Parts: sequence; structure tokens; C-alpha cells
Amino acid sequence: MTPQRIVGTSVPRKEGHDKVTGKAVYIDDMSLPGMLYGATVRSRVPRGNIARISFGAGINWSEFVIVSARDIPGHNCIALITDDQPCLADGVVNHPEEPILLLAHPNQHALTKAVQAVNIGYEPLPPIFTIEASDRQDRIIWGTDNTFKRFLIEKGDVEAVWAKADYIVEGEYTTGAQEQLYIENNGVIASFDPDRGITLWGSLQCPYYVHKALMKLCALPEDKVRVVQTETGGAFGGKEEYPSMIASHAALLAIKSRRPVKIVYDRMEDMAATTKRHPSRTRHRTAVSRDGKILGGEIEFVIDGGAYTTLSPVVLSRGTIHAGGPYYWPSVRIRSRAVATNAPPHGAFRGFGAPQSLFAMERHMDRIAATIGISPVEVRRRNFLKTGQTTTTDQVVNEPIDLNRLLDRGLELAGYDLKKKRFSAENTSTTRRGIGIAAFLHGAGFTGSGERYLASVVGVEGLADGQVRVLVSSTEFGQGTKTVLCQVAAETLGLAYADVAIAQPDTQEVPNSGPTVASRTVMVVGKLVQSAAEGLRQTLITAGLPKDYSREQFREACARYVQQHGTLKSIAKYEAPPGIFWDDEKYRGEAYAAYAWAVYIAQVAVDLITYDVTVDDFVALQEVGRVLHPVLARGQITGGVAQGMGYALYEKVVWENGRMQNGQMTNYIMPTSADLPSIRVHFEELGNIHGAFGAKGIGELPMDGPAPAIVNAVEDALGVRFDRIPLLAEDIFTAVSSAPAAGDARTPQGAR
Amino acid sequence: MTVPRQTCEIFLSINGQQRTICAHPMERLLDVLRHQLALTGAKEGCGEGECGSCSVLIDGVLVNSCLVPILQASGTEITTIEGLAQGTRLHALQKAFLDCGGAQCGICTPGMVLASYHLLSRKPNPTDDEIREFLAGNLCRCTGYAQIIEAVAQAAQPAGAEK
Repeated sequence: MTPQRIVGTSVPRKEGHDKVTGKAVYIDDMSLPGMLYGATVRSRVPRGNIARISFGAGINWSEFVIVSARDIPGHNCIALITDDQPCLADGVVNHPEEPILLLAHPNQHALTKAVQAVNIGYEPLPPIFTIEASDRQDRIIWGTDNTFKRFLIEKGDVEAVWAKADYIVEGEYTTGAQEQLYIENNGVIASFDPDRGITLWGSLQCPYYVHKALMKLCALPEDKVRVVQTETGGAFGGKEEYPSMIASHAALLAIKSRRPVKIVYDRMEDMAATTKRHPSRTRHRTAVSRDGKILGGEIEFVIDGGAYTTLSPVVLSRGTIHAGGPYYWPSVRIRSRAVATNAPPHGAFRGFGAPQSLFAMERHMDRIAATIGISPVEVRRRNFLKTGQTTTTDQVVNEPIDLNRLLDRGLELAGYDLKKKRFSAENTSTTRRGIGIAAFLHGAGFTGSGERYLASVVGVEGLADGQVRVLVSSTEFGQGTKTVLCQVAAETLGLAYADVAIAQPDTQEVPNSGPTVASRTVMVVGKLVQSAAEGLRQTLITAGLPKDYSREQFREACARYVQQHGTLKSIAKYEAPPGIFWDDEKYRGEAYAAYAWAVYIAQVAVDLITYDVTVDDFVALQEVGRVLHPVLARGQITGGVAQGMGYALYEKVVWENGRMQNGQMTNYIMPTSADLPSIRVHFEELGNIHGAFGAKGIGELPMDGPAPAIVNAVEDALGVRFDRIPLLAEDIFTAVSSAPAAGDARTPQGAR
Repeated sequence: MTVPRQTCEIFLSINGQQRTICAHPMERLLDVLRHQLALTGAKEGCGEGECGSCSVLIDGVLVNSCLVPILQASGTEITTIEGLAQGTRLHALQKAFLDCGGAQCGICTPGMVLASYHLLSRKPNPTDDEIREFLAGNLCRCTGYAQIIEAVAQAAQPAGAEK
């Protein structure tokens, strides 16, 4: 294989210059002539019938454009998986902040008062707010059983293992909601022209999701809806499905007013009304042998989906498949379900179900270790998946991954053994130190048959001036999509990085390369860009370009071809690799084309006066296939680890009657630069036949490990068990104050 | 609005140019920059002075422009991200943010670069801990700050000095 010139190097970010000079144009930086501002009137109750709507005094309502469900030209839904979520509530509301009416006005300041002046009378219905209440089913708020989706994974004969077990270890683990907290709030501009239809510009991850939703809502054909992604100031999943909602609202106002309409949420509206990470509850019951081997077990994984389906079935799927961690289960039964509550729908957030179930798995591994009296290192060593073994879905691990080697290297980097000894000797003062491990995996790309259904298409185009342009709907929102896909094309074509540009995602210009989610862009879309670029190269060679062409020769040949034929475009479409089998019914088979693997080690200090936890050191070691851009890859890991630390220690959504009470950056606390340690990032590179130049997915992986590693470290420091995140100082105070004497602290509950 | 939209004339310097602004005295500096002067580099992330993405310099001092009534900026010299590069030549900090991966989604970047500029103007060779402490008022959700801190340290190097 020839050494690569561009892939594997840290070329400058394509849009970097515009970002550091303030020239990059985000949605709120755009304005159109005659533009109105839009605002949303939302439900103030969690559940009820809308009895009446009246417009209060003191407002000249004739100045306002007002849209209700009756103004919707097509279907009143946000098209996604199940079309159960209305675009505007029609007679009934199912969660606080549910959109009911839309207002538009030329003066943004006039809207705040007008929104408050709309009086909505409700006949309240009894709501439910917890997984437990939803499970009781004494109130049915969705479908026939409050359940959006169930999965069952069965491997081997679980019933047979209980009798053979030396220990049965049980545990229950819960995780809270988490706000994505991109610094740029959700926002869009819509314009409507009866001949050309709707054009929508917005901060979003998935242009074709919005395209599909607007077609259905407005009863417009494909070519009458155009969606353009503007520079997007962070997303993390929070702009996967929600933009379809805000885009629908702006589109309805634009259709009715015949003027462009901008809706940009302020922080409080964004936090209160848009999606968050699903709260979860996981129960483990594990049969373990005396020497610490998992014989089999049952896992129950439940997520709170909020009031409508949105993406909950897919989040549940990923969480379910990852629930067994990177371990070999001779037999296992995993039951999972996504249940309805009267909270705003929870949705996509980096990791997508896996951070929840992996938190449980990695806490449970420490519990197993404590129960049978071996170390957290040893319990993992004895159960790691090995090449040739099968995952919980019976997928044979074909990758030459050696998790024991990964763990050894992680322990060495962290100085684990030494610290472990030192901390237990020194932990007598008011500062207690501890060290914790998390080992985990993250599947890249869509689950199971997902990529086959998506059937992504990409294009690579030669232009009249001899330059090359990549055509994808895959979006840039900080991760480096533009940069890496241009690297892949330039490398394949033997050109310089500067010779390749990438089109702005615009449904009128680019094919549907699928949503920018699921750590799939570099692996799946990158591979397609590679083959489309190869197609373009072959076309030019067939047309007379010498095989050992120079940049200049390529440019001339490209320009000549375009002059002669009008266009030069090469298209590549996803085809499932042979031998990939997935059974959607039984949830068995090749869940993911490739997995990234990781060992994270956190070192913490707990202050016994303030009960504050400080993460003093963090080692993030992972195998993510080939690293295509070292600076971007490291940035993905440090950023994900920071979000994971927030998830573990700071970020608490305070709920009251289904409504977020702390929807401000003042009282929803994310990590600042002063809160984080230096995060030590290391990569192993095994390669991957499915990804561009051997890449796997990377974006979501670092979200999975920090929370369990940190909580394991806090337990190590204090000898007190914590099974719930976020773990705030007051939680530690409460637990430590009520903990039994030190000698009893490690007696595991539910152990036999 | 119930507040009468009475305007007043305000004189100030923005990125070295004298400007006259006609605005309500309580209008936020951020809105004047973005709407009247088309300087959209300063961003609104929270509107309550927590995130720092609207950071600008007033007489060399870092402020959250979402908390500054325009009247208060009268007679001052304001520097925004648009005023940092010399023509096409990037400031050492901007270059370092590019090289080190300090900008991901870019929304916090203008504020982060200006905060770093303020730090280096007071303390040309800060330690990593001093950088961490100083930038704690500017939130970034993408990077975990590591590459931002490296960028500031790189720009502080004598070789990159151009402050």
C-alpha cells in the first residue's frame, strides 16, 4: 500500500479561517428583505384538553400573523419514525412547552409580549412523569400500554445458569436527562414562493430529515422543498430531529404571511422545549462463577421517551445492543423498552442510548468485582470479548482487537497500580482520592439493517476550472466533516487538499448521503466519497488522462472534460458488504459493521468538607481504526470526555411537572475550562476494511466512558456506592452521612 | 415594547473607526454591533452573561456585550473579532486556534479568541492553569478546552508574539 500524503495529517479545517475571523455565517447572522420574526405559544400544562384560546387586550393583533393547526396544508405531524407528534397541538396537549400557536411580526420585541397575551384555557388531564408511573399503566397516555418500543435479545439458555452460579449479583442504575447545550440555539429562516415552494435555511444536522418533514406537513412535492444547512454552532444530536419542528413552524408562518420568517430560540426556550438525553433505568442480574467469569444474566433497560415517539426506538436499539459492554456473555436476556411520560420528547444526544446502558454495565462490573473479592481490573480481564467470540447479538468479533492489551496500556498510562496503592495508604485526610476504570465499545454507523435502508448516495464533481467538489448532505457542526471528506477525496484523486472543495449542504444541490449521526460520516460516507472519487479518476483516465498524472494534468483534463460533456460527476451508492446478516425480528446478527473500543481511567479527589469531586487525571485510550486527522480526532475525544464529565458530575435537569426548572446557563452547569483536567488522549490504530482508509466511527465513543470511570473512582475514594448520575456534591454528602461504618460499606446488596 | 423607543446619539470607536450610533440608550451593545453595524462575529449564546460568546473588548477590557447598554459604551474604544486580523494577516491567536484545533463549531471562537487576547495583553506568558482560570467565563461545548489552551500557549510563545 502506498503511504498516504493527506490522510493521517492535520490539514487546516476547511471553514476554519471564517470561524476564527468571525466571518462564518450562522443562521442568526442572516437576514432577508421583508423578514418577519416568529415565536411559539406553548403549553403551560403537562397534559390536558385545550378548552379555549383567546387573545388578550393591549395588543394590536391585526399586526400579527397567527398560525394554528387549522392552517397546516398537509399532515399535522413531524414526519420521522411514527407520525404521532403534531406540529401544532390540535385540541390536546401531552407535555409542557408543546407548541400550540405561532405568531409572526416585523418587530422581534413585540413578540414576547404577544406570546404572553395569548390565553389558553385547559381542562387538565392527569399526567405521568416517571418510568415507574408509566410502567404501572394506571394512566394510559400513549398507545395501549405507554410503550413506544420494546426489544428482546436472547442468547443461550439463561434459565440454566442460575443454578450453576457461585454468585448472583444484582444492581439497579439510573441516569438523568442531559441537555446538549450547543452554544448556538436552534434557529431557522423559511421563505415561501407559490411557484418555487419553500426554502429553509437552518442550523441542523440532517437536511433530508427536514426535507421529508416539510413535504408531508405542507403537502408539497420533492422539488418544492429546499433545505440548506447554514454554519451550525454545535449540535451533538440536539439538531438531529428537532430542526424539523422549528423548520415546520417557520414554514407555516412563511406560507401564511408570504414573507420570510426567522425563528431563533433564546436559551431558555431552547432548553425547556427541545430534546435532551433520555433518562434511563437499568437492572442487572448476573450469574458469576467463583473465579469471576460471567456465566449469563438478565438485563432490563428502560428509557423515558417523553410524550411522543421521535427517535426513542432507535435510541433504545443502540442502548440495548451496547448493554452487555465489551464482554463475553455465554448467555444473556436483554429486555428493553422506551416508555411514554408527559415530558417534552427526549431525543438524540451523542452516544444515543449507549452512555446510559454502558454506565450501568461498567458500574455493575465493579459491583461484581466487589462481590466476589477481585479487583476491577481482574473482573474485566476475565470477561473481555475476544476475537472469534460472539457479542450479545451473536455477532462474531472479527476484528483483531486485544482488549487485555488495551487495558494494560491504559493502566500503564494512568500509573494505575501505584496510585491504587498510594491512595489507599493516604486516604485518611479530608481529601480522598480514587481511581476508576471503564472499558467499553461503540458501534459505528446505523444499527443492523439501518445502512441498507438509508442507501446513502454521494457525488464527487469535476468543475470547469479543474477543481473538484464533494457533494454530500453530511453536515459540518464542528466535528470536521468538511475537512475529512475533502482529505479522503484529495487522497484518492492524488490531488492537493486545497484542490478539493465541498458543497454547502443544500437539498437542491447535493444527494442524500444520509443523516450526520451515529458516528457514520467518516466510516460510511467517507468510504463512499472514496469510491466516487475513484470513479471520477477512472473516467478521466479513460478519457485520456495519463495514469501518473500531475495536479496540472488533472486540472486540464477535468476542465476539458467539462467543456466537452457539460458535466463531470461521479456518484457512489451504499451497498451492504457481503456476509452481513441482521435479523430485525430477533435482533440478532451483525449489529454494526465495526466497533471502536476503549479503556478510560479517571482519577478523582473528593473533598470531604465541600463534597466536591475534582477529576485530577483522565486517560482516554481508544482503538478507532485509522486516525485520518490527528488534531480533529483528539478534539473529538477531549470534547466528548468533557461532556461525559458534565454528565457524571454537574449536569442536572431539575424537573417539576414535566417542565425543566433550570433552563439557563446560570443554573444548568456544564464544565468550564477551570473544571477539567488535561485529558490524556491516546489512539491504537487497527484499521477497518469497511471505512475510508481504515477509519471507524469516533464521535460518540468518548461520551460512553467518562461517567462510569468517574463514578467508579468516587466509589474507590470513599468506599460508598453510587449508582445514579448526575452525582452532585449534595448526593455524596447525603450518601456519606448515612453510610454504614467503613467495614460494611462494600457489602454488596443483592449478592448471594 | 412598553418602553418608548427614544433614541440618542452615541459616539464610539469600533475597531479603530469612529462611529455615531443612533439607539435607545438601553439597547444592548451586542444588538447594536450585530444589527446596526453588521458585525455578527459576536454571538448570543445565553443573553445573561454566562457563556461569553458575545465577548468584545471595551477599552481593552473583556466584557459580555449582551450585558452592556450602548450608553455605557459611549466614548469608548471597542474591539470585536472583526478588528483582530490585519487585513488578510491573521493575529497570532487566530492562527494558533486554527493550527491547534481550538475552533470546532466556531460559535464560541470569536469570544474565546478575544478573551485570550485580553489575557495575553495582561500576562504575556501565562501558565496552563492561568489560561484555564482566565477562560472559565467563556463556555465551549465542543473541545473540552484542551486545544484552546494549547492555542493560547502557542500564541504566547515569543515566536508567535505579535500582540
